[in-house]
Amino acid sequence: MASQPPAALRLLPVRAENAAVAFAGKSILRGIDLEITKNTRTVIMGSNGAGKSTLLRLLHGLLLPTAGRVVNAVGEPVATQVLRQHDAMLFQRPVMLRASALDNVLYAAKHQVRGITMPPPHVSALNALQSVGLAELANRPARVLSGGEQQRVAFARALVRDPEILYLDEPTASLDPQSARQIETLISTAAGRGVTIVMTTHNLAQAKRLASQIILLNDGAIAEITPATQFFIQPRSAAGRAFVEGES
Amino acid sequence: MNPFFAALAGAVDLITHADQKLVDIISLSLKVSATAVVIASVLGLAIGAIVSVTRFTGRGMVIAALNATMGLPPVVIGLVVYLLLSRAGPLGHYGLLFTPPAMVIAQVILITPIIAALSRQILEDAWREYQDQFASLGIKNASAAATLIWDCRFSLVTIALAGLGRACAEVGAVMIVGGNIDGVTRTMTTAIALETTKGDLPLALSLGIVLVAIVLAINIVAQWLKSFAERRYG
Repeated sequence: MASQPPAALRLLPVRAENAAVAFAGKSILRGIDLEITKNTRTVIMGSNGAGKSTLLRLLHGLLLPTAGRVVNAVGEPVATQVLRQHDAMLFQRPVMLRASALDNVLYAAKHQVRGITMPPPHVSALNALQSVGLAELANRPARVLSGGEQQRVAFARALVRDPEILYLDEPTASLDPQSARQIETLISTAAGRGVTIVMTTHNLAQAKRLASQIILLNDGAIAEITPATQFFIQPRSAAGRAFVEGES
Repeated sequence: MNPFFAALAGAVDLITHADQKLVDIISLSLKVSATAVVIASVLGLAIGAIVSVTRFTGRGMVIAALNATMGLPPVVIGLVVYLLLSRAGPLGHYGLLFTPPAMVIAQVILITPIIAALSRQILEDAWREYQDQFASLGIKNASAAATLIWDCRFSLVTIALAGLGRACAEVGAVMIVGGNIDGVTRTMTTAIALETTKGDLPLALSLGIVLVAIVLAINIVAQWLKSFAERRYG
């Protein structure tokens, strides 16, 4: 998991430098300065409309900044096809092709630039499904699986890309508690294997369980970036204190 | 006997005895329409896929034009193709006028916009759903479009079948460019029009019954495909 790409292609650390995003003249994010470093578990929090998902998409390269920049270790913009090969994203609602669970994972594996030490796509896909506990459902049509199982297939689809960074946009928001815990376990396992985690969540308890650092967004700007152990006890910002008090 | 029931009895007799003239007309109709649908599907799906996954200046106009051309009057298409293929026309030297290929060309022009416009809608809905996932996987638009077409294959086959139904039932364009020549370009619809004016009602009605049966069968297959896909793939 998370085998090292060549230095020139390495993503981490990902840096946002005074990045901003605006849609139709409306500012969504502004003045974003942050760094995602290796082996961290960053949870982005904030109220509805604070810009959490937009920040995640910006860091993943799905959005281009309207000002500033988001770059990799050697200063290249992250929104390039080549760099995209080294990260993966899990969306709130998993999107499944009308194919088996295995074929959904295989699809991602086949579109991955594969190093010579990597197993063939079919083997990688089966291994990824096994790692999320769905090997026995490999041939089941993905769209008829439960929401939790579909999210695990999506997780396998992300893992099969052997990502340096895994972005997760409220991955458990639409799941029952048991499925949510399964996804949390998968996140912890991936982090334990060296995958850097960046995720959004509304769930404060989940953030406490998973995060090593918290980025709190307030109205499109970063209110604070704080180690998780400190954030939940003594937030640095007034917005942080209001958020923790309001949510706990 | 009532003329309608007399014609109906004659029609049933022609169908049950597989009258050779009837079979020839049906066979030519199906060959022309099936060929047109295959060509129109390739063109229409390509147009639909390109418009659904790309963003370019004037895209809204292209979509409006595609939707508008779904309603092109067949006789106008027939007239335009006639002028293009007639001896003095720009394509006259190919000698295609009053041949089955001319009818195929007219039907392709008739149903390509239908397939393009309807597939564009289906593929664009799917594109909205898949776009972020494709981008996240670093998949380029051409590859994404191919995946979308395969993923939406059952809905797209239904559209192609609708195109086949439209082509089979069309009369104006094939009459003008085919000339309704017996044994050469006479299709079910043009034969129905001719035989009715000649008073050969049993043949006209038998062709009508077969035509309705074909259109009905196409719709049944389309409906079955849709429910099969929903049951099988969700």
